[in-house]
Amino acid sequence: MANQEIIFAGFGGQGILSMGKFLAYAGLEENLNVSWFPSYGPEMRGGTSNCSVILSDEPIGSPLVVDATTVVVMNRPSLDKFESHVVKGGLLIIDSDLVNREPERTDIEIIKIPAQRIAEEVGSKKIANMVLLGALVEKTKIVKMESLLKALKEHGKEQFYELNKKALERGAEFGR
Amino acid sequence: MAQKVLMKGNEAIGEAAIHAGCQCFFGYPITPQTEVAAYMSRRMPKVGRVFLQAESEVAAINMVYGAAGAGVRVMTSSSSPGISLKAEGISYIAGAELPCVILNIVRGGPGLGGIQPAQSDYFQATKGGGHGDYKLVVLAPSSVQEMVDFVQDAFDIADKYRTPVMIMGDGMLGQMMEPVEFKERPKKELPEKTWAANGLRGREKHNVINSLFLKPEELEAHNNKLQEKYREIEKNEVRYELYNCDEEMDLVIVSYGTLARICKNAIKMLKKEGINVGLIRPITLWPYPVEAFDKVVDKTKHGFISVEMSCGQMVEDVQLAVNGRKPVHFYGRSGGMVPTPAEIANKIKGIVGGAK
Amino acid sequence: MTVVFDRPKALLDVPTHYCPGCTHGVIHRLVAEVIDELGILDKTIGVAPVGCSVLAYDYFACDMYEAAHGRAPAVATGIKRAVPDSVVFTYQGDGDLAAIGTAEIIHAAARGEKITTIFVNNAIYGMTGGQMAPTTLPGQVTETSPYGRDVKTAGYPIRVAEMISTLDGAVYVERVSVDSVPNIIKAKKAIKKAFEIQLQGLGFSLVEVLSICPTNWGLSPNESVKWLRDNMIPYYPLGVKKDATTGEVK
Repeated sequence: MANQEIIFAGFGGQGILSMGKFLAYAGLEENLNVSWFPSYGPEMRGGTSNCSVILSDEPIGSPLVVDATTVVVMNRPSLDKFESHVVKGGLLIIDSDLVNREPERTDIEIIKIPAQRIAEEVGSKKIANMVLLGALVEKTKIVKMESLLKALKEHGKEQFYELNKKALERGAEFGR
Repeated sequence: MAQKVLMKGNEAIGEAAIHAGCQCFFGYPITPQTEVAAYMSRRMPKVGRVFLQAESEVAAINMVYGAAGAGVRVMTSSSSPGISLKAEGISYIAGAELPCVILNIVRGGPGLGGIQPAQSDYFQATKGGGHGDYKLVVLAPSSVQEMVDFVQDAFDIADKYRTPVMIMGDGMLGQMMEPVEFKERPKKELPEKTWAANGLRGREKHNVINSLFLKPEELEAHNNKLQEKYREIEKNEVRYELYNCDEEMDLVIVSYGTLARICKNAIKMLKKEGINVGLIRPITLWPYPVEAFDKVVDKTKHGFISVEMSCGQMVEDVQLAVNGRKPVHFYGRSGGMVPTPAEIANKIKGIVGGAK
Repeated sequence: MTVVFDRPKALLDVPTHYCPGCTHGVIHRLVAEVIDELGILDKTIGVAPVGCSVLAYDYFACDMYEAAHGRAPAVATGIKRAVPDSVVFTYQGDGDLAAIGTAEIIHAAARGEKITTIFVNNAIYGMTGGQMAPTTLPGQVTETSPYGRDVKTAGYPIRVAEMISTLDGAVYVERVSVDSVPNIIKAKKAIKKAFEIQLQGLGFSLVEVLSICPTNWGLSPNESVKWLRDNMIPYYPLGVKKDATTGEVK
């Protein structure tokens, strides 16, 4: 049974919401039930950003993810806030360039990726989110990489497609 | 088949309104429904229709009154505190028998409350809100797709009965993205709007849009006419979903909107533990689906539980519908707290006495 | 035989409820004559307020709305946006327009809504029986200012025409009075111009009409006319406050 309940979290401007959207589109491409639900209101203006994404072959209940199968964090406050939300045996993906502490959980799988440096090598720090997303998809196999690429092609900016693709591939190495 | 697209509830409902022939949209920003107005401000001028940001919710609903009286399809949207402001206008619209669609993306109250999802406007929507003996047809979608489908239905019901219709969702429905499909749907036969005040244009007698009846006997006659209409709506427009209600049940959940989906997950969890729970999901909150209770009342061992994101509002309608035949329980969170399936399952285990 | 005086077509043949000596009837007639003269009865839609003229929808022959208290400009906006080729006017009193409906009139004017507002200022709430209005003069005795309006506690009257004329969306704003035949003739001219501005699609137009309320002022009609001249006109000077078609702003 395919089911992933994911929280993406970080600062505004890191592409937190868009990485969730692309994953949701990829899920739609594979005829999964999908939902995407952002944090909203004044807290968005404060600079932090997060969204809940669910991909499932079962009908989706609440779009708000509380017990996450996977959490992706791109800053320290997000790790502090969401580390406890990963279910036992779940997955935590960390941008280790931006998070300056070690996670405390020992009952989950943790992937640390220097996503900023890798993104810079690929061409732009702005696509660090895609490095992390690449690892997520490779590790969880919730969608095929080609579905994600198709989602990027159809719903992303064309001029970033090749860069994004490279970033996903580099990230995927961490998910193997 | 039309292609499925991922859309935010707040944007999908705007697009659906355009598909349904909405000519005018009057709005005012308030979280968490502002995207509706933003979407309409982008799209309406592109399709040659009217978008206007009013100076207040009060003005917006009165602009709706003006446009609806002139016979066009018109919609406004807001969230809880804004709906309170619109309540005056909604009462006038009901009194003057004007069709329109009002969207409430509910947030927690009272007062300024919060901005997170809630269902605490149930009383306001179903029992009045404004003054006088009137009713709002209230549709409660539980998915973005239903938001889309119900917009067309809402306009049709509004036009058919000359009555305001509310679509009531919560902040989650407004903000979340889900796949939606804009299905081409057959046009309904609807009465011509011969009552519209859009200029005589050759008509002999002037049309008057009005809710004032100074003579008691006239006002009573007008009220009786409205009540007749409401009885007709109760006869024809009741909607609900029964989920897992075919066999003997330990308990029946009553829940609507997004929360009903969460309840379904709780039902699945409980099933694994050998507890069989059904769900009545009212889709029309008014008219309330009393007949759904008649269908399941004999099959539930421990009665019913109203699960709400409010402090006990719909539970009163559940009690009326059950009418003492079985116990009625309640579980609610408020303020923007969204119950988890496990939480609901635990509450139910407490009532039915754990696994059997 | 030549008919020299008749009921305008834009008025219905019904008795009105206005008090003896009230000048609402005169103002209704002026609006109706203008509608007739411009030949726009077929596409005119009027919006009545809450106040003494609440039943105006029974008197005008065009399509009519009765709006919630103060909301007539918002209702008119909805109508005009829905039916752009119509001519839409609101007929509002001082309580309706200058107290409870202040936001609606200001924003309709600021948006330059192509509607016309006839604002009847008689310095008192008539329908509810003579309470203080936003336009009640300093020292004026009303039911809710029994010792005379004390500006220290009740503040100052609002000069609506002047206030609206500051807004860029307002194209034509004039204050007139119906206290004498020459002034009535001027009032009609102003109302006609206001409708013409709308017909030309230029923007918002408002005519403030100083009007008498013998019943609630506690004066005879003749005394009322004199009171208007002696007290209201000095505080509310007559004339064009703004005419964007000529560039005139006073």
